[in-house]
Amino acid sequence: MKNKIYASFDAAVADIPDGATFMSPGFGNVGVPRNLLGALHRQGAKNLIGISNNAGALEERIHIGTLVEARQVKKMICAFTAPTHPSRVTPFVEMYNNDEMDAELVPQGTLAERIRAAASGIGAFYTPTSVGTELAEGKEHREINGRTYVLEYPLHADYALIRAWKADTFGNLQFRLAQRNFNPIMAMAAKITIVEVESDIVDVGDIDPDHVHVPGVYVDRIVKIPPDGIFD
Amino acid sequence: MGDKPKLERQAMCDRLAMEFQDEWIVNLGVGMPTLCSNYVDPSKDIIFHSENGVIGYGPLAPEGEEDAHLVNAGGQNVTARLGMAIVHHADSFALIRGGMIDVTVMGAYEVSENGDFANWRIPTRKGGGIGGAMDLAACAKRVFIAMEHTTRDGKSKLLHRCRLPVTAPGAVKLLATDLGLFEIVPEGFKLREHAPGWTPMRFRS
Repeated sequence: MKNKIYASFDAAVADIPDGATFMSPGFGNVGVPRNLLGALHRQGAKNLIGISNNAGALEERIHIGTLVEARQVKKMICAFTAPTHPSRVTPFVEMYNNDEMDAELVPQGTLAERIRAAASGIGAFYTPTSVGTELAEGKEHREINGRTYVLEYPLHADYALIRAWKADTFGNLQFRLAQRNFNPIMAMAAKITIVEVESDIVDVGDIDPDHVHVPGVYVDRIVKIPPDGIFD
Repeated sequence: MGDKPKLERQAMCDRLAMEFQDEWIVNLGVGMPTLCSNYVDPSKDIIFHSENGVIGYGPLAPEGEEDAHLVNAGGQNVTARLGMAIVHHADSFALIRGGMIDVTVMGAYEVSENGDFANWRIPTRKGGGIGGAMDLAACAKRVFIAMEHTTRDGKSKLLHRCRLPVTAPGAVKLLATDLGLFEIVPEGFKLREHAPGWTPMRFRS
C-alpha cells in the first residue's frame, strides 16, 4: 500500500505551484485546515485561486485570510465578498475594493453544489437559487416543470487542504460534528487532497467501513497534527 | 415618531417564533433571527437546521460547556439535541433546495409589498455577502423577516418596490418589525398586529 503519511505540513504542500487552484474548507472557525494553510503561507506560492466559504475574517489565527493578506491569492471564489458589517474591513475587502485582487461571488449552496458537481463528474446543473437576482444576469435560464432555474458549472481544484478528525493509514476519513462542513466535498473534488488529522491516524481496518465519511481513494497525503500544532 | 416605545428585538423574534408549528424544520439567519430560538413553546417540537449541516441542534452552549466542533450558522457554540444529525455542506443545501425547510427567518435592509426583499448588497459598495441567504430564500417553504421598521433617518423600510438588489423575488410571507407584524398578501402589506400604543396611521413614513 502506498505510504500517504507525510512527516510535516511543509513537506505535504511543498509542490503546490504558483497559479494553483486550491480549496479551503471551514465554517464558523470549525474544520479549518490551519496547519496546512500555515505551511502554504510559509511555502510562498503566489497567484493562487482560492475556493472557500469566505475570503477571510478579522481573525488572529491562521486562516485563508492569512494567505490573502500575504498577497498569495489573486482570486477568491466564495459566498462573501463584502464585510457582514461595514466596520469589519478585512485585508481581502481592502484589496478587492482597490482592485488589487479578483473575486467571484457565489451563493453558498451553489458553491457547495458546484464543488460536488466537480467531484461527481457532472458537467453543469440547474438550480433555482439566485433566479430573479443580479447574480443570475447573463446566465442560461431554463424553465423545467414550471419553475425557472439557472445553469451553474462545476468548480474543480488542483489541491484541497482538509481538516479531519480521524484517518487511517489509507486515508479513510472521519469528521466530528460541524467540522465536516465543506471538507468531504472538497476532498473529493480536488486532484490532490492533503489532510491534517486532529486526533489519530489509525491502522487500516480500525475505522469501520460503514463509518467512513470520505473514502481513502480520494486522499493523497496525510499529516497528523503534532502536539505543538494548531488544534482549534 | 419616537415618543412611544418600540418592540425590542427579542419581542419581534418571539412573535415570529410563535408562528412556528410542531415538527417544523426552521433555519435562523445570522444576527437578530437567532433570537427566535430563545422562544420555547414546550407543546412544539422544533428542529433547528444550520447551513453548515447541523440538523436538530439545541440551545446555545453555557460558558465552559462548549464543544469546539459544534457551531450554528453564526459560529456560536450550540449544544447537541437528542436526535441531532450531521451532513456535509452539499447535503445541507440539498435539504434546503429540496424544500425541507418549513421556514427561514432572516434580517433585511428592505421588504417590498410584492414580497421581494434585499439583504445582500449595497450598490455603492463593491461586492456582497450572500452566504446561504439566496438558497434559503428561493427554496424554503416560507420566508419570515425580522427588521427595524425604519432607517436611522426615519424612512420606512417597507416599500412599494425594493430599491436595493433583491435576494429573492416574492419570497416573504411574514414580517416582524419593531412596530408591528405584517403579512404579505396579494394586495400588499397587511397589518396583523401593532406594537402597544401605536396606531396604523402612525406607521406611514
